[in-house]
Amino acid sequence: MTEPDAQPAKRWDDQWEDRPAIGADEPVSITAYPNGPLLVRGTFEILTPTGEVIPPRRKTVALCRCGVSTLKPFCDGSHKAIGFKTEQEPPAPQPPLPT
Amino acid sequence: MSAGLLELLLENSPTATEADLAATLRELTAAALGETADLLQDDDLQTALFLAYELRYSGLRGVDDAWEWHPEVLALCASIEPEFEKALRERALMPELPEPGVESVAAALFELTGSDTGPSVSRYLAKKATDEQAQEFLILRSIYQLKEADPHTWAIPRLRSRAKAALVEIQADEYGGGRFDRMHSELFARTMRGVGLDATNGHYVDVVPAITLASSNMMTMFGAHRRLRGAIAGHLAALEMTSSQPNRLYGNGFRRLGYNADVTFYFDEHVEADAVHEQIAARDLAGSLATDEPELLEDVFFGAAAGLYVDGLSGTQQLDAWTAGTSALRATETSSMPA
Ligand code: FES
Repeated sequence: MTEPDAQPAKRWDDQWEDRPAIGADEPVSITAYPNGPLLVRGTFEILTPTGEVIPPRRKTVALCRCGVSTLKPFCDGSHKAIGFKTEQEPPAPQPPLPT
Repeated sequence: MSAGLLELLLENSPTATEADLAATLRELTAAALGETADLLQDDDLQTALFLAYELRYSGLRGVDDAWEWHPEVLALCASIEPEFEKALRERALMPELPEPGVESVAAALFELTGSDTGPSVSRYLAKKATDEQAQEFLILRSIYQLKEADPHTWAIPRLRSRAKAALVEIQADEYGGGRFDRMHSELFARTMRGVGLDATNGHYVDVVPAITLASSNMMTMFGAHRRLRGAIAGHLAALEMTSSQPNRLYGNGFRRLGYNADVTFYFDEHVEADAVHEQIAARDLAGSLATDEPELLEDVFFGAAAGLYVDGLSGTQQLDAWTAGTSALRATETSSMPA
């Protein structure tokens, strides 16, 4: 058996420079699905207005943005029944910031 | 001929009689295919295909696992599958095909599944079903739901790129994010036990009509053939896109009949889960696949339309039976199903 190498093993995210450094949080991603909910992926917490955590049931959740879900804040598919339509995504680009 | 298949399968050690049985089975299969009035409603042929496919899932009690890849069993599948696929292609109502593209494919799938005016088993269950009918509903569902997600999982190694990642994201959730007690098949078993039914895999195979087996066989056929990967992706999309609201009604039906959260959790979970899955399935799975491999566009819609067609037919038969005051199950004969 060979001696364990003194050099620490590399974590996978060391290898991608555009990824956050070790210890940093993965950014949460929010994707607007046309005519439907917002899909949220990553490590996040959803709180009630009084600050209690709504226990997550799954890794990727869909948040209602049509207003009629019976499961709010989650989507329950009701947006289809009311014919919910969203604007073209993404919104028109904003003027660039002065450099 | 499904009895002929069983006889061959139970002949566990190769003997002189194996060749005779196999020859007989080939003749019986050809005859059954020649004589059948409707392959989708044929108890014998659908049972035979279901038994052969079950070797790829949990196996059959008393049958050597080596039969799964035995040439005779593969030949049996290969003789039934083309006829089955042909019947589905002839009868599924295909929509007008959109341009391949994530937006266009997702929009066309939402249109197709939204305009599905099939019979509403879910509304009947929510409002009218008796306890006995609700149990029949679970028995019919158990054929697929006890292996929920498995037929579509075949497609994972057959897909590439965005479509593969999307399918994995959906399937991981179907399998409870890796938690045994949250796997959807396991939640369904809990629902069955909660109403006093037997949740052993295959327990009710003998009492369900051919169309219920055909629905499960269709998924296995789509999933297990790389050539049909477009169809299995479209099938999953249509399944997810017609699931949230019906599950809400199923849950309400079981609550109306007095069952507690132990029984209804499966349905309530699906309202939330499938509202997530339908977005991923329509756009990231089916839309990406049809964009990356435009030659699969037609099959994506074939898979979706075939799923809607078969499940619509099955729903009509259930409702017809219940409104006529009869059972939606098949009249039981002597059991021939070992698993
Ligand atoms: S966005 Fe789906 S129910 Fe509101």
